[in-house]
Amino acid sequence: MFSMIKIDFSEEKKFCPIPSCRNNLSPTSAGGQTDNTALWFFLRMEHVPAPTPVEFPSHAPYLLIGGGTASFAAARSIRARDPGARVLIITDEPDLPYMRPPLSKELWFSDDPSVVDTLRFKQWNGKERSIYFQPPSFYVSPQDLEKVENGGVAVLTGKKVVHMDVRGNKVTLSDNTEISYDKCLIATGGVPRNLQVIERAGEEVTKRTTLFRKVEDFKALDKVSRDTKSITIIGGGFLGSELACALGRRSADSDLEVIQMFPEKGNMGKVLPEYLSNWTTAKVKSEGVTVITEALVKAVSYKDGKVEIKLKDGRVVKTDHVVAAVGLEPSVELAKSAGLEVDSDFGGFRVNAELQARSNIWVAGDAACFYDIRLGRRRVEHHDHAVVSGRLAGENMTGANKPYWHQSMFWSDLGPDVGYEAIGIVDSSLPTVGVFAKATAKDTPKAATEKSGTGIRSESETEGTASSPVASSTPEPPPVPEQKDNYGKGVIFYLRDKVVVGIILWNVFNRMPVARKIIKDGEEHADLNEVAKLFNIHED
Amino acid sequence: MSSVKEEGKDRVIFVTKEEHETPSNAELVEEDPDDPYEEQGLILPDGEINWNCPCLGGMASGPCGASFKEAFSCFHYSKEEVKGSECLDQFRGMQECMQRYPELYPQEDDKETQGGPSETDPSKQDSAPEPTTTPAGPVHDSSPSTAPADTPPPSNSSASG
Repeated sequence: MFSMIKIDFSEEKKFCPIPSCRNNLSPTSAGGQTDNTALWFFLRMEHVPAPTPVEFPSHAPYLLIGGGTASFAAARSIRARDPGARVLIITDEPDLPYMRPPLSKELWFSDDPSVVDTLRFKQWNGKERSIYFQPPSFYVSPQDLEKVENGGVAVLTGKKVVHMDVRGNKVTLSDNTEISYDKCLIATGGVPRNLQVIERAGEEVTKRTTLFRKVEDFKALDKVSRDTKSITIIGGGFLGSELACALGRRSADSDLEVIQMFPEKGNMGKVLPEYLSNWTTAKVKSEGVTVITEALVKAVSYKDGKVEIKLKDGRVVKTDHVVAAVGLEPSVELAKSAGLEVDSDFGGFRVNAELQARSNIWVAGDAACFYDIRLGRRRVEHHDHAVVSGRLAGENMTGANKPYWHQSMFWSDLGPDVGYEAIGIVDSSLPTVGVFAKATAKDTPKAATEKSGTGIRSESETEGTASSPVASSTPEPPPVPEQKDNYGKGVIFYLRDKVVVGIILWNVFNRMPVARKIIKDGEEHADLNEVAKLFNIHED
Repeated sequence: MSSVKEEGKDRVIFVTKEEHETPSNAELVEEDPDDPYEEQGLILPDGEINWNCPCLGGMASGPCGASFKEAFSCFHYSKEEVKGSECLDQFRGMQECMQRYPELYPQEDDKETQGGPSETDPSKQDSAPEPTTTPAGPVHDSSPSTAPADTPPPSNSSASG
């Protein structure tokens, strides 16, 4: 490689990198023209990448790719178990590790107008917290990581790992920097999927479409909700329904129209049995959302200042902004260079029960397709799983050799009256048995937090995660609609070959340990009503 | 009386309070307290401290993790009549460290306004209740206990245990 360097003789020595050149600026040492003001040198040099600014280490004993929940949990686990561990997290986001659930729940219910900047939220009982797992002072700066006395966790933001050399135990970043490692975790999560019809619809549509995942998406959508008159959410799963409810509540104080559309017959149609999905849909509607079920989007275009969504059955919806909440594509770009297996059924990197992909490489969180000893191979996209799997990966990176065993859970609140916690495989295509009691005013997510006094319903399970969506300034929540069958609270068992593989606790809280036990046992139970008794669904 | 409905493949049962009051005959598999796969509590079966216990929050992993481990280990293994009385140096060291990071380890008076991320742990055991404000475990007495029952005495008060 040739490198051309211009030297201006009118100044003192200067930029020639070769010392002899600087000291003896003789044109004959290289060749080229001379003139009194400038001299061009043609120097033959080995290709040397631009000198690495002294910003980050060249080696990290523990390298974590991705700066989300799984990565942070792993970092904590590693630090707890390996005294003095030096952990480097590399994230392409500008933010330090943060938790995701509040982005579609609590942050929307905050009555602090600066919430978009602070990203802190006050629970209805006054306790406040940030979405960031730790403030900046917790972390060590990357350049100090190799030297700091007791080790620490450093986060390199705004950098993407683009290549992995497994034989050489090193990664390459997008700026060509190389960092070697001893142990590596891949926790790259995923990116939101989009509908092809939107991708092909042209810039006027795509710039009015939000794919919701990160902090910046929350900030952007918050702004949109104030600046537009109509938002349509495509997708009827967790994220879509939570955003619909959040925006629906906001619409109570403004003339914002909130529409949600999806192909299923009801909200959470792929998770909840039909009768419960119908009930949930009614709740979402009562939150101020116009719900369009059995909606297949055929085409999207921009016309007369509106985004026009054409459905297969001919219906047309005109809106100002679209939120596509149609799933997550796990980020597996590194599989190629690293020689890692990608799972064809579930997507994600294929790992064993100990979350290991290859020697010295583990995968955790949304991107991990792992072997669950009890429930079989799966990939899970929930917050608690990211925590549990991140922790486990960190343990195994420090020599624990434990399989995925502690079953993670998840939860969802759709307004103050509907909340549930779930564990295991909750797929609505499985046969289910639901055991219900009639709900009283005491059985709501809000009541659960009041009683436990912790302010975060899920704190009894996983700390630092989302819960009660009630903002203190809201008026009386809409009354529970009187229905012929009032599925107030209960427990729903999901069965596979007569064994309970999943459980939903419907408006029944703080009972997850029992549910976890039943899944772990993996027994056939003749009478699930007897099993349901273990949950005391009539009690608070 | 309970009512049972079949909605296709899904069965729905409504039960009264009285019905569920009779003890369950469902059988659960007996737990093995030494199962290595299970999430462990603060103290492992062999008596060692489980530094990765969710109940500790991030105490063992943060910038003051090393001094916290020293102080707590000393306390844990202390055989003195007043447990931990020989550990004052370690506790002092820990507190000195924590004072350098007030954001992570708010002092007693800052407790009210400080919520948020200080040393909160993303995952924890079902059985250990934990408040959101979880800075220096030993120092706080008015918030629900974050650490196990034998919380070591704070170094700035008399070591009365």
